[in-house]
Order: sequence, then C-alpha cells, then structure tokens
Amino acid sequence: MFIKGVITMNKIPMRELNAEERTKNFDEVNLGYNEEEAIKEANRCLQCPNPLCETGCPVGIKIKDFIKEIKGKNFKKAAEIIKQDNYLPAVCGRVCPQETQCEAKCIMKNTPIAIGHLERFAADYEEKTETTIEKNNKKVAIIGSGPAGLTCAGELAKAGFEVSIYEAFHKPGGVLVFGIPSFRLPRKTVNKEIDYIKELGVKIVTNYVIGRTLSMKDLQKDFDAIFVSTGAGLPHFLGIPGENLNGVLTANEYLSRVNLMDANKFPEYKTPVKVGKHTVVIGGGNVAMDAARVAKRLGSKVTIVYRRTQNEMPARDEEIKHAIEEGIDITELTQPIEITGEKIVQGIKCIKMQLGEKDESGRCSVSKIENSEFEMECDVIIASVGQGLNPLFLRTTDIERGKKGVVIVNDNLETSIPCVYAGGDVVSGASTVINAMRDGKKAAKAIIEKLN
Amino acid sequence: MFKIIEKTELADNTFLMKIFAPHIAKKAQPGQFIILRIGEKDERIPLTIADHDNETVTIIFLISGYTTNKLSKLNQGDSLLDFVGPLGNPAPMENFGTVVLVGGGLGIAPITPQAKKLKELGNKVICIVGARSKNNLFWIDKLQAVSDEVIICTDDGTEGRKGFVTDALKELSEKENINRVIAIGPPIMMKFVSLTTKQKNIKTQVSINSIMVDGIGMCGGCRVIINNKVKFSCVDGPDFDGHQVDWDDLLNRNCEYINEEEHVHKRCYNNE
Repeated sequence: MFIKGVITMNKIPMRELNAEERTKNFDEVNLGYNEEEAIKEANRCLQCPNPLCETGCPVGIKIKDFIKEIKGKNFKKAAEIIKQDNYLPAVCGRVCPQETQCEAKCIMKNTPIAIGHLERFAADYEEKTETTIEKNNKKVAIIGSGPAGLTCAGELAKAGFEVSIYEAFHKPGGVLVFGIPSFRLPRKTVNKEIDYIKELGVKIVTNYVIGRTLSMKDLQKDFDAIFVSTGAGLPHFLGIPGENLNGVLTANEYLSRVNLMDANKFPEYKTPVKVGKHTVVIGGGNVAMDAARVAKRLGSKVTIVYRRTQNEMPARDEEIKHAIEEGIDITELTQPIEITGEKIVQGIKCIKMQLGEKDESGRCSVSKIENSEFEMECDVIIASVGQGLNPLFLRTTDIERGKKGVVIVNDNLETSIPCVYAGGDVVSGASTVINAMRDGKKAAKAIIEKLN
Repeated sequence: MFKIIEKTELADNTFLMKIFAPHIAKKAQPGQFIILRIGEKDERIPLTIADHDNETVTIIFLISGYTTNKLSKLNQGDSLLDFVGPLGNPAPMENFGTVVLVGGGLGIAPITPQAKKLKELGNKVICIVGARSKNNLFWIDKLQAVSDEVIICTDDGTEGRKGFVTDALKELSEKENINRVIAIGPPIMMKFVSLTTKQKNIKTQVSINSIMVDGIGMCGGCRVIINNKVKFSCVDGPDFDGHQVDWDDLLNRNCEYINEEEHVHKRCYNNE
C-alpha cells in the first residue's frame, strides 16, 4: 500500500553558508527552510495522540498543532499557534537547545523532527496579526529587556496591563543583542520580535539604570507590580597570574564591543576591539563558541582551550560543529595555569588534564597530569568561564537572596518583597534564553492572578 | 536625544556642557559619572558629573581623542544620542575634620561639588589644584567660594606655585593635621599623591577612570586591582582607597587600546 506523502526517514537538513565564505562576514550561518523543505520536514511528524515533544518545551508550545498547520501549508496559522505561548519564536527557533528539550522527547528517537527549524520557519514567515487588547489600568514595571523581561511584558500586555520595560543599555534585547552574535541571531530578527512586543503596547525605556536613574522604591510608587529580570552578566575571572595583562578580556567585553557597539566595523564605528594574530578562548560553553567564532571572523587564528573533552562541553553540538567547520582548533583536556607577558599578553601556560570517574551529577571529574605543562604563544586571550549576577541593581535593594547571590522566589516567582517578582538568570544563575522566557511567562501569569 | 543647553570653553581644549536630563540630574551625587554616546557609530564614554541642577547635568571634558574632539564640535542646541546615569557609587562623605582635595587637570571639575558638600558637612576644606599652565586652569573662583583655602600649582609657574601638587601637599601636611585626602586627576598624579600620603598614613580616596564599555558591571574592562583583588571601577567604585590601588596595573591597562585609538584619531582627522 502506498501512503500519500511518503514519510522521509531522515531530517531535512538546514542549508548553511559554507564555512570558508562565512568566516569572512557576520551574516547568518543557518539559512532556514524554504516552504518545500518545511512541508517535507513537517510531513515526517507522526502527530502522536500524546505528543511527548510538548512536555520538553519550557514554555509549552503546542508543537503538534503548529506542525500540523505547516503540513497543511497554513504557515500564518502555525505562527499564531506558536505565538500563543512564545513571544520570541524567531529567536527561540535559532538559539534554543532543542536537542535537549522538545526534540529529545520526540518519539522518533534517532531521527527526531527538526522542531526548532520548523519553529524558525513559521516565525520568519509570519505576517502581521492584529490583536485587540482590553486595558485593565494596572501598571507593571519590568527591569531588564532580555528574554525574560520581553516575554513577561508580552504576556502582561496581552492581558491588558500597561507595561514599561527599563533597559540600562541604549538598545533593548539584553543578551540577545549584546551577547549572541549576529551570525547566529541576526539583529533584524531580534528587532522584529521586539517590535511585536511594542505593538502590543509595551513601552521600552532605554538608558535607564534601575538602582541609579530610578530606585526600586520609585518604581513601587508608580507601579502595581515589578518583575526583576536583570540577568547574569558579571563576568568571572580565571584567578591565574597574568590575567590583568593587556590583551586579556572577558567574553562579555569582547562580545559587547562587537555585538552592541559594532566594533567589527572599526574604524567606521568608533569602538575598538582587540584583533589578535592568535586568539585563545578559555571555556566550553556557548559564549566561548560565540567569542571564538567572532575572533575568527575578525581575522584571527583561534584556539579554544577546555579542561574536559568536547563531549563534556556545555555548548550546543551545533555551535561546536560550526566552530570546528570554521577552522577553530579545540584543545581539549587543557587547563590554563598562567598568562605570560610583560604589560601585553605573549602566551599562555597550560597543563594537560585527564578525565576521572563520573561524579553524582554524571559529570567526569578531571585531574592534572604531572609534568605536562606547555606554553602556547598568543596575543589575545578571551576568558569565558561563566558569570555571576549583575550586582548593580541587587545591591540597591533588600530583596532576599540565597546561595551565590541569586534572588529567592516562591513557586509564583514572587520575591521576599510583595508584588516584586523575579525570573531568568537573576533567579537561576546563568542559564538559557528559553528558561528565562519560561520564567517571564510564569511571573506574568502570577501577576495577572494577583492583580486581577 | 539629550539636548546641549549650554557650551563654554573653560580653558585650553577644555569644554563645559550642560545636558538636559532631568531624570539624571535629580539623582546625581558628587562622585558619580555618566556615559554618553554622541551618535550611532560612536563609542560610549564615561565622564564625571561636574555639577547639576534640577534639569541639567554638567560635564567637563578635555579633547583627548576622537570622541572628545567630536563632542567639542557640537554646540548649544545640538543633541547627544545617549546619556545614561548617574553611574557609580556616590563618593563617601562625612565630617572627617580637615580634608584636602587634590584636583589635577580635568580633576578640578569633580573636586568642586565634593568640596562644596564636604564644606556643608562641616569639614575644613583645602583644595590643591594642578595644571600644566595658567591656560589649563578653570573654576578657581567656584572652588574658592566653597573652600577655606585653594592652592594653585602649575608646571610652568604661570599661575600660583611652580611645581607639582605633591610638593604642595607635602608642605601642607607638615603644618596641618590632615584627616583625609581626596585626589582626582590623571592616574599618575593620583599614584604620587597616594605615595605621598602613605608616608604620613593619611587615608586617601581616589577616583578611578578606567576603560569602560557598559558602566554597569558587565564587561570587566574597567577592572582594577584593589588590595590584590579584582574590582570593577564602574560598580565597586569609582572611589577607592589610593593606598590599596595597584597603580602600575591601572596605568598599563589604560593603554590597552592606545594603538586603535591613535588609528581612529588619525584616520578620521585625515578624512575630515
């Protein structure tokens, strides 16, 4: 028996710019599906009666339904379904770790449906939809315009609240703008999502530092509730000799110079960035991959140094794959012990490591191999070894905080101060865009319930 | 957009601008700074708040690179794209007893509001100001109005004493019982002031002006070593104990982008 629209066994791959070409510019690497590819991929979906994929989505997108609409060529409808649960679908379709979330739950274990690719396709396809909102005359202030803040704002605005987001930088978007490079998340994609949030009536006030320009007490006077989404963002250092030499930067500094200030277009744009002959990036997360791939595009030879192996890297597989394709060297099982140079970086001394037993969390321990020290020459070092919470706002309030300084919240994400909610990295420590969005959504629901 | 309400040339290559920003002016306190960006393609640069009223924030700058040069070409009625603040912690101030404020070069501007506040708090306030030459001095009358004494030093002797602020400070410390020194100016001056006061064990507060991108604790570009620990001048400072600052590290780090800065400066001048 022939089934109409034969189910293809393998995932339809997403087209990409070739590695050699793309390392010369900041254009988006992934090119997205066209209609034909999207329908083909959607047709692979079995439309399970009990879709497990949806249990893997932190914001609970109705995945089965939107894929069904793509199958039927109703792309606009597909986008509408996604937007019911996700205010930043074009962002999530690009930067969410679907392989560990929805796609990991897909019943087609070895060849899961490319849910992320389809989400991206629908989001990019979307045409303007009109929404009519009934105002409820309640006001909410949101501190920080990253993914948590934007999501919370969208959700509240749709429910009729008057929402103002305060952003310290001159551009909204938080980590989506200063952290993630444009070749992974084009600025026009972010701007489109932000425009949508604005169309819902959300006011975004840039150049306002809460804790300085206005205090939380000022906000409490004018607003019925506050959502704190100030993020992580305080970079950690290596704690090894030589890290204050010129040429040693945090990934945060390196990426903000390029992503926020367009330093890759220096000297047309006036913010400079260090372009090395050989750049060493320390770390194995997505931020490290981003920094390495930026350095490559600026024309440097790049080596990533990581103390475990590629398998243990917290970065997404796709980011690691792209980095390697682009000619970035990953030196595994290597730990920096000293940065050498006089005034300016000249090299980095490292020691080789070996993997040991897995600990309770399932992560392998590592130990130094005696007498395995070696030195690499380099002129720029980028430290991407995690981050703590942005201290500025928190220091100016008496919100109760716990281990590592994270804000303590109850199940509704309400802090120790009534009607002040918090979510995203400021509650969980450095995490993902989608988890921040989940918090934004959850806090919005709690605020709606409390104030209505 | 943030409108320039007033522009004055105070001294050689030194300009004052009053920027319309009531939301910042209302919160500004001595010791704090702002970050501005002139236009879309420009850098964010930090500048100390020199004064404020209900609606405007006063900044004072010396032409020292591309951005300050471009800023100096703007006039009353023009606008800045971005202006954010007040950033940094307010300078710690109380009744210390006798306070000596040392202002070098552009540092004359930020010591003025501090002198005023310290005087109000009941301190005996003595200011030592230093500049290359008479033509680089400004605001002396303003400073005199809020201090018990103002000592002027110029490198070339064209006004006041000939010599460095540290010489005047050393002499003063022989005859006065100084409880606190506050030094603001070029890092090299603050370093030598700190070395001078260390001998007499006078607590010395300095205001660190390091390289900065965001000014809100995110990039780590402004990191300084205080008492062997990494601190961020934007969120932990800008005021620190001068005896605990690793000055050589700071002086070196301030040169981080010197090649790039020269490049953009030259290139842009040649094109214009």
